[in-house]
Amino acid sequence: MTSLITMDDLTNEEIISILDIAEQMLPIARGEAYTPILSGKVLANLFFEPSTRTRMSFEAAMKRLGGSVLNLGDVSTSSVVKGETLFDTMQMMDGYADIAVIRHPRQGAAKYSSDAVEIPVINAGDGAGHHPTQTLLDLFTIRKCHGTLEGLQVALVGDLRYGRTVHSLSGALARFGSSLTFISPSSLSMPREIVQDLRNSGVDIVETEDFLGSIESLDVIYMTRIQKERFPDEEEYRKVAGVFCLTAKDLVNAKKNMIIMHPLPRVNEIAPDVDSTPHAKYFEQAFYGVVARMALLCRLLEVDVQEAIE
Amino acid sequence: MSEQGMRRVTAIQNGTVIDHIPAGSSLSVLGMLGLLDSRRTPISLVMNVPSKKLGRKDVIKVEDRELTQEELDRLAIIASNASVAIIRDFRVAEKRTVELGSELVNIARCSFSNCITANPMEPLPHRLVVRSAEPMELRCAYCGRIQEIGALINHLI
Ligand SMILES: [Zn+2]
Repeated sequence: MTSLITMDDLTNEEIISILDIAEQMLPIARGEAYTPILSGKVLANLFFEPSTRTRMSFEAAMKRLGGSVLNLGDVSTSSVVKGETLFDTMQMMDGYADIAVIRHPRQGAAKYSSDAVEIPVINAGDGAGHHPTQTLLDLFTIRKCHGTLEGLQVALVGDLRYGRTVHSLSGALARFGSSLTFISPSSLSMPREIVQDLRNSGVDIVETEDFLGSIESLDVIYMTRIQKERFPDEEEYRKVAGVFCLTAKDLVNAKKNMIIMHPLPRVNEIAPDVDSTPHAKYFEQAFYGVVARMALLCRLLEVDVQEAIE
Repeated sequence: MSEQGMRRVTAIQNGTVIDHIPAGSSLSVLGMLGLLDSRRTPISLVMNVPSKKLGRKDVIKVEDRELTQEELDRLAIIASNASVAIIRDFRVAEKRTVELGSELVNIARCSFSNCITANPMEPLPHRLVVRSAEPMELRCAYCGRIQEIGALINHLI
């Protein structure tokens, strides 16, 4: 692995090894230990689309390990607006940084960037494409809570069509033998490429519009945001948003150890009264983004963590 | 070239004969070769003739033009079983086949409007990966979208 564009760039063994390293990163991410194993390394944070969470999470990951970060700056005032191609921007980064993180509104931008340069490229979201580092932190959270990634019953809920986090996550979970239920309004169902690939690989999939009809069998509910702009009119949006909203009373029949996840930020899809239930893991999940990214950075920059920490 | 296909139109002196085109696809083939708008090149079309291999097929004869392998490989998208003869002085001088490689490079653009390659200023090659030959499945190497084979004709480079 020289770049991480989609989860297909990682074998199951590599995923497990990254999660194991992430586990070791916990005290460093919490500031309880300082281990500057990436000192002298430079990361280019190329966010062609606004993002606070993912961008800062990468920045925290790099700085906790002693590295430094270059930010692209406001896209509306940078050279990108003046019509510079992604190819040209990447050529510059190849000279400035040791590794690049890219989020771009166009699908395929991360793959394109990795073809354009020598340094490793990490996809932090390309249009409605993939978001593999989100998947790594999701997997880390699931393993942390359930002790395994294998044989779980997972429901992915909400905007499955444009929600890139669920695209990457569904494939990864399937590889570890989880059963998947896709719950969405029909206009926001999982893209056919993804469903086809999953079915071809023999995964057990249920697609439904029935919101949490079978909550008692689930180990994980992964909620995503349903955005107003995906709908032709306000009325249509409100109908759907009203249905796809999880409240504490929906959880009465859930398994004790069932966890609720969300890539955040949320809008209305998880009511605040869910936050205080033991099922709510979304804030913890967000913190795990830092350790998952620390582990990935070490991996792509070829730093032997075992050796460096001892 | 089957006898039947040959007999329906007169033999050409010099040029290219493309045989075993799926029935009904010959106009698309001409489009892909940029020959539909040609007002100079004499072209003969035979459509829907019986074929052992395909059931029905189309045949095209292009006079006074030898199509290159590169041009022919474009046809893989719609006529992957086509067989081609280069004719010189009424004889078959060369036989060629259309080959569908593992990737189509700079033959057609990804048809997804939000693909990074939709920006004409981006310099890297357009790459469509052949995921399966029968039935043909092409995906953009960058954005991963499955390409509608019929629509690719409008995205030729
Ligand atoms: Zn594409």
